[in-house]
Amino acid sequence: MTSRLRGPGLTRGFAFFVAGVLFCAALVTGVRALYGFSLWDTSNYQNAVLIASLLGAPLFFLVGLGAFDYWFYWASGRPTRPEDHSGHGAHSWRDYFRVNTDHKVIGIQYVVTSFFFMFVGGLLAMVVRAELAAPGQQFVDTNAYNGLFSVHASLMIFLFIIPVFAGLANYVLPLMIGAPDMAFPRLNALSFWLLPIAGIMMTASFLAPGGSFATGWTAYAPLSTDVPIGQMFFTIGVQFAGASSIATALNFLVTIITMRAPGMSFWRMPLLAWANFSTSLLVVIATPFIAASQFLILLEYALGFNFFNAARSGDVLMYQHVFWFYSHPAVYIMMLPGFGIVSEILSVKARKPIFGYRMMAFSLLAIVLLGFTVWAHHMFVSGMQTWIRIPMMVTTAIIAVPTGIKIFSWLATLWRGVLHLDTPMLFALGFLTMFTLGGISGVMLAMVPLDIYVSDTYFIVAHIHYVLFGGSLFTIYAGVYYWFPKMTGRMFDERLGRLHFWLTFIGFNLTFGPMHLIGVQGMPRRVADYPEQFAGWNLFISLASFALGLSTLVFLYNIVASWRGGPRASANPWRALTLEWQVSSPPPVFNFDRVPTVVGGPYEYGVPGAVHGIFQPPATARPRQPAGAIGASEHEEHT
Amino acid sequence: MALEDREPEDPRSASAGRRELRQMLVIGAIAAAGGIALALLIDWFPTAASRQAGPIDTLWDVLLIVSVPIFVLVETVVLYCVWRFRMRPGEEDEDGPAIHGNTKLEVVWTAVPAVLLVILCAYAYVVLTDIEEAQADRELPVRVVGEQFTWTFYYRGDGGKEIASSQLYLPAKQHVLFTVQSEDVLHDFWVPAFRMKIDAVPGIDTHIRVDTTERLGTFPVVCAELCGLGHSVMRQSAHVVSRQDFDSWMARRQQAAQAGGGGGGAQGGGGGGGEAADGKAIFTSAQPTACSTCHTLADAGATGTAGPNLDEALPGKSEDFIRESIVDPNAKIEEGYSPGVMPVGFGDSLSPEQLDALVEYLAEVSGK
Repeated sequence: MTSRLRGPGLTRGFAFFVAGVLFCAALVTGVRALYGFSLWDTSNYQNAVLIASLLGAPLFFLVGLGAFDYWFYWASGRPTRPEDHSGHGAHSWRDYFRVNTDHKVIGIQYVVTSFFFMFVGGLLAMVVRAELAAPGQQFVDTNAYNGLFSVHASLMIFLFIIPVFAGLANYVLPLMIGAPDMAFPRLNALSFWLLPIAGIMMTASFLAPGGSFATGWTAYAPLSTDVPIGQMFFTIGVQFAGASSIATALNFLVTIITMRAPGMSFWRMPLLAWANFSTSLLVVIATPFIAASQFLILLEYALGFNFFNAARSGDVLMYQHVFWFYSHPAVYIMMLPGFGIVSEILSVKARKPIFGYRMMAFSLLAIVLLGFTVWAHHMFVSGMQTWIRIPMMVTTAIIAVPTGIKIFSWLATLWRGVLHLDTPMLFALGFLTMFTLGGISGVMLAMVPLDIYVSDTYFIVAHIHYVLFGGSLFTIYAGVYYWFPKMTGRMFDERLGRLHFWLTFIGFNLTFGPMHLIGVQGMPRRVADYPEQFAGWNLFISLASFALGLSTLVFLYNIVASWRGGPRASANPWRALTLEWQVSSPPPVFNFDRVPTVVGGPYEYGVPGAVHGIFQPPATARPRQPAGAIGASEHEEHT
Repeated sequence: MALEDREPEDPRSASAGRRELRQMLVIGAIAAAGGIALALLIDWFPTAASRQAGPIDTLWDVLLIVSVPIFVLVETVVLYCVWRFRMRPGEEDEDGPAIHGNTKLEVVWTAVPAVLLVILCAYAYVVLTDIEEAQADRELPVRVVGEQFTWTFYYRGDGGKEIASSQLYLPAKQHVLFTVQSEDVLHDFWVPAFRMKIDAVPGIDTHIRVDTTERLGTFPVVCAELCGLGHSVMRQSAHVVSRQDFDSWMARRQQAAQAGGGGGGAQGGGGGGGEAADGKAIFTSAQPTACSTCHTLADAGATGTAGPNLDEALPGKSEDFIRESIVDPNAKIEEGYSPGVMPVGFGDSLSPEQLDALVEYLAEVSGK
């Protein structure tokens, strides 16, 4: 027992966590005593201890877990072994529950954790739909209802879509660019372990006195600064999720810039690497803004700073500007990695080079740039200066141009290909069709006069789900199926996969399609109750959503059963060219026994004898054409 | 299958391409026309009761007409590719042609959407200036104040004194300038029939203009911005009435205001005489309490659900308890409800007489 407590691991982590809570309680008690506050003013005292513990105790937990061990050793001058690989690889399930520096283990940790929170968030959505099945109050009161949709959105955004992409890329990206691991493996491990902290915090908010945070995932001030303590579980939880995001993004940037295999110029990178490069730029620049917005809320809530208190010359609209300066780019953070995944799958499954490779890469960068110029389109009815609406309308509409380039290029990739219509491909095609709808309703929303009418209605709910479910989640499913053989060394059940696709596709459209209509008819969002006129459609939507909920069980069963006992997967079941498929499934502990040399573009399907990478030293490897060979030959000499 | 029989040659050859494009164009055009017809047939909007509704609804139709073909284009290509180019038995190891790109095509699908979007933006801008155009002549100013969880509408009365109402009354064919304010958190003043909405923001005034048409009727006023527990019940009514009805309504409100006390709500009044009737009027009126927005009380015809149901919560409670619950709502909290929901400060905004009347009324109806 003592050895367990002394060594890094979950046991020591929990012990430190308890110590952290005690430390925070002592700190708060001491400070309150110094200020001469009553220690027995129970509710304020309790809240202060709770807020301090939410901030501090997770850090104690991480120290106990061992996430900082190496750095502490190094800083204190004790011997360290930089090439210590004892924390690398997984030999049993226990290795997934410790600080592990192997990007493949971390990738799986990320994906499994985020899917866990996807199921939690999905269950919350089921309760929301049950409550909305009929007008009036069914199962939960208004406070609980507001909590349900708030936690649902927060988990899906911060604990599922954003981290699951980071997880998939964590696994695949170093393999794809021919790197042995991420640039900073220990930072990578820390990034992952920040995530369950954020997730548990947000989920546990239901246990807080006064209920969970109930102000939506947007947490608009001044509502969020004057509600029960549950709000702080969001405010502080987001800090941990955000820190995790930023650290991972830095890691991806450095990995992509410095660790590409010999011969892999930027123009020979698979589009997934381009997509994560772009996403990481967005994360690094934008995420500090949500951290700031939530710190402002924290200071106002806990210490009365009056940033958003109009009576004390606070500025209510400032919160929204800071919040959306992150949260609009966040939509692209949740979309660009999916663009990368779909580019991989469509090219491989259509057996054709990706159409217009360079424009695909440039359009990603264009979206990054434009993504920072559109935030106030969420604020057309917020009462901000009216002139801001016009430039924001134009930039929002123009961002559809690079997005359109991508969609048309994917269509052209399909044209005259040999389409393998298996599960990953079905989800990729499902994405292509559904995301188009989400994009179109996005352009509609950019038009200020229409947005004045439909903002804050179910039309918005429909739009965001067509983008994040029909868009992001379909690409996530596609990616999970596509790389499942690589990650687990097993094949999934194709028939169950197709069943899952059709249930999801139909259930999704029946659930979210009618929301466009009831939104335009005048049903506001975020309401626990609604007038009789919307009863019919809401019942229909609720029933469809239950079917959609059940479809995830097919997925869960397929994944669990196939992981445990599916047929063994070969190294390259899809006949793909990219590097991750050139090693065994699952890959060796250090990815490549010999460093690969990249000699051509990643999508040269249909080019006779085309090779992307070979396992030879660069000196003997003959240079070949880059991706998008047409018009690219001049570039070759410079790279 | 029949089509394949007629075409023994490779469906992926370049010669097949031209005919395929033609085929697809025909299918796509038919589907787009059908889609547009269907989209325009759907009855999307609620009743329109403002001039602004016209241009906004037309903008929606135009957007549908532009969007449907784009959606159909993508769907047609995907489905056509799935049908024509799916892998058939024997093609397991085959690859498609190595087409890397086509600069002309890429320029077209960058430039055409860009031009289209700029045109749409220009059109939307024209619509925006149209619906927000100031009608300087005889605009009716209405001050709208949102608070958890009710709207109060203030009209300019004689002698500069404002007249408050829990119901929005507007004359037909009138230019109205709403100045929207908030007492506490963000709200959003939305009348779907007018198509316009704007947030009520603490600390600043926001404005929208609405021009009522000749259509008379009662339309919902909705709060569209999450404002707390009572958000979904923060619904009131906008009445568009004839000029004569509006004038006589104003005259009645004016009299009531001069009679003192801010007056009962439009749906209140009536009932028995004496103190209880006054208490009931206070219970249902918008100012200063608007109890009925959040509480259910059968006697007053109130059906709010944000706060405890008073038909169930009050029987057996003393007058002191009732008084305390109004003046200091967080002192005792009904099981299943949270502290901090009911606004504090009714003790100040109610005059002592009003408070007495309200307490007496509640004690009386719950004692029955």
